[in-house]
Amino acid sequence: MANDLAFESSRQPSPLLEWATRHRVALASLFLLVFPLVMPFKALAIMILIYGLYALGFNLLFGYLGLLSFGHSALFGAGAYLCGIAIVHFGWPWYLAIGLGLVAGMAVALVIGALAIRTRGIYFAMVTMALSQCVYYLFYQAVDLTGGENGLRGVNLKLVNIAGFEVDFLNPLSRYYIVCGFVIAALWVLSRILASPFGAVIEAVRENEARARASGYDVTLVRLLTFVLSGAFCGLAGALLALHLSTVPIETMHYETSGLAVMMCLLGGMGTFFGPFIGAAIFLLLENLVSVWTSHWQLFVGLAFMACVLFFPRGIWGTVMDRMRA
Amino acid sequence: MAGLTLDLIGMQLFAGVALGAVYVLLAIGLSLIFGMLTVVNFAHGAFYMLGAYVGLWLMAHGGNFWLCLVLVPLVVGGIGLAVERVLIRPLYGRGIDYPLLLTFGLSYIIVELVRITFGKSGFPFDTPELLQGAVDIGVGYFPLYRLFVIGATAVILFGLWLFLERTSFGLIIRAGARDPLIVRVLGVNVAQVWLIVFGMGTAIAAFAGLLAAPLQGVIPEMGGTILAEAFVVTVVGGMGSLLGAVLAGILVGVVVSMTSLFAPEMAKVAIFALMALVLLIRPQGFFGRAGLMS
Repeated sequence: MANDLAFESSRQPSPLLEWATRHRVALASLFLLVFPLVMPFKALAIMILIYGLYALGFNLLFGYLGLLSFGHSALFGAGAYLCGIAIVHFGWPWYLAIGLGLVAGMAVALVIGALAIRTRGIYFAMVTMALSQCVYYLFYQAVDLTGGENGLRGVNLKLVNIAGFEVDFLNPLSRYYIVCGFVIAALWVLSRILASPFGAVIEAVRENEARARASGYDVTLVRLLTFVLSGAFCGLAGALLALHLSTVPIETMHYETSGLAVMMCLLGGMGTFFGPFIGAAIFLLLENLVSVWTSHWQLFVGLAFMACVLFFPRGIWGTVMDRMRA
Repeated sequence: MAGLTLDLIGMQLFAGVALGAVYVLLAIGLSLIFGMLTVVNFAHGAFYMLGAYVGLWLMAHGGNFWLCLVLVPLVVGGIGLAVERVLIRPLYGRGIDYPLLLTFGLSYIIVELVRITFGKSGFPFDTPELLQGAVDIGVGYFPLYRLFVIGATAVILFGLWLFLERTSFGLIIRAGARDPLIVRVLGVNVAQVWLIVFGMGTAIAAFAGLLAAPLQGVIPEMGGTILAEAFVVTVVGGMGSLLGAVLAGILVGVVVSMTSLFAPEMAKVAIFALMALVLLIRPQGFFGRAGLMS
C-alpha cells in the first residue's frame, strides 16, 4: 500500500497543475457552485454533496493516513441521529444541531478509534466494522430517542435564518447552496490540515510507519487524531443528511453505509483532494440511472467497484491526475 | 428471575455451544485464509449465505439433507477456487487492502445474484426428519438438530486437525503460514497451496451456512450480520490461530445465549463488548502472535 500511493505533488509538477493544486479549494468550490446549474436533479445534487463530504472524511483516514476503516457508518449515523434528536426531541436551532452532529461524529470516532488503533494492520478493518455494528444495535434499541427500526422522523426545517436573512430551506436550490456552504468550509479546513506540518506527518505515517516513529512522531496519537478529524467531517455530513432527508433511516448506521464510503472513495480516487466528490457523483448517478430499469443496481455497482480494484486502483480522479502529471 | 434454575442455565449453555459451533466454522475459514494468504475475506458471509441457498436448491431438486452436506461444500468450494484463481491472484503483492476490497465488492455481487435467482424474501428451511425432536441430555430436553450441529462441527474440526497435522500437505500449509518465502524457496508451489486453502475456507463457510439454515431460515442478507460476528470471533481468538478460533467461537456463542437469558435486549451488544474488553487487555487476541499483523 505504501509505495503505490504517490504523494499528490511529488513528480515534476507542470506549472498548470501546480497552480491548480495551490488553488484547489477555490477550484473545487467553483465547481460545486456551478454544479447545480448544469445538473437537472437538485435533490440528487444535494445527496452528492453530502455523500461527497462523507467520502472526504473517510478519504482523510484511508487515502491520506492509509487506515482502511469499515466502521464509518457509525460516525456518519451518529452525526445524523444526534442532529435529528436535538431538533425533534429538544427543539434546538438548526445550527446548534449541526454542531452537535459534528461533535457526535468526533466522539464516536474517539471511542472506536481508541479501541481499533490498539490493533494493527488488517485487524483495523475488522474491528472498526464490528464496533460500528455495536453502535448500530445501540441506536436500534434506543427506540424512545431514535425511533428504532422506523428511523427518526420529523426532522423538519423550513426556514433558515442566516445573518438576518430568511432562506427557504424547502427550495432545492437554496438548500443546495446552504449545504454547499458547509461543504466548502470543510474543503477549506481539509486543505489547511493537509498543508500543515501535521498533514505532512499523516502522509509520512502512511508512507513508512517505522521511519515516522523513528523521527520521533507518536504514530498512535497521529492515527487517533486523524480518526477523530475524519469523524468530524463524517458527523457534519450525517447532520446535513438528517436535515436534507428530514428523517434519519436506521440504514444510515448500517454496515453497507460504511461500504458506501469505501466504494465512493475508491471509485473517485483515494488520497486525492477532490476524488471523493467525483466518486460520490458517479456512484449516485450510476445508482439512479441503473435503478430506472432494474432494481438490482447493486450488481452493477459491485462490478464497477471490482473493476476499479483490479484495473484502476487509483480511481477515476486519481487516474486523470496521473495522466496530467505524465 | 423466577424459574431460573441450574437446569435452565445448563440448557442455555448447550444452546450457546450450538450457536458457537457455527461461529467456529466461519472463524476457522477466515483464519485459515488469512493465515496463509493474508487476505481478509469480506465475502466470507456471502459464501456462508450461498451455502444455505445451494442447499435449498438441491433440496428442491430432489436432493436430501445428507447429500447436501457433501455436495454444498464441493459446489461452493469450487466457486471459491475460481474466485481465488481469477480475481484474487492478480492482487497479490499490491498491498494488503486490495484483496479485502475486492472480496467486499464480490460480496455485493454474490448477494445480488442470489436475490435475482431466488427473490428478495427469505425461505424457511426444514429440519431433516431424522433430526427432528429433542433428546434428554440430563438437564432437560435439547433439540436433536442442535446436537447434530455440535457433532458435525466437531467432526469437521477433527478432520481438519488430522489434515493439517498428519498429512504432508497440511505440513506445507502450516509452514506456509509461518514463512511463505522459505516454503517457496524449498520448491513448493505456493500458488497452488493458496488456491486450495481459499477453496477449503469457502467450503467450510458454505457448510456452516447449510448447518445454520434449519436454525434460522435463509435470506440473502444472512451473511452480512454474521460476518461482523465472525470477525469478533477471529479478533478475540487471535487471527491465524485455529485453536483460538475454536475457543473464541464457543465463548462468543455462550456469551450470546447467556445474555439473551438475562438481558435479551443486550444480546447483540454483548459480543462487541467482549471484543472491546479483549482489545483493551490483550490486543492480539487469546492466541494471536503479537506483531503478526503489522
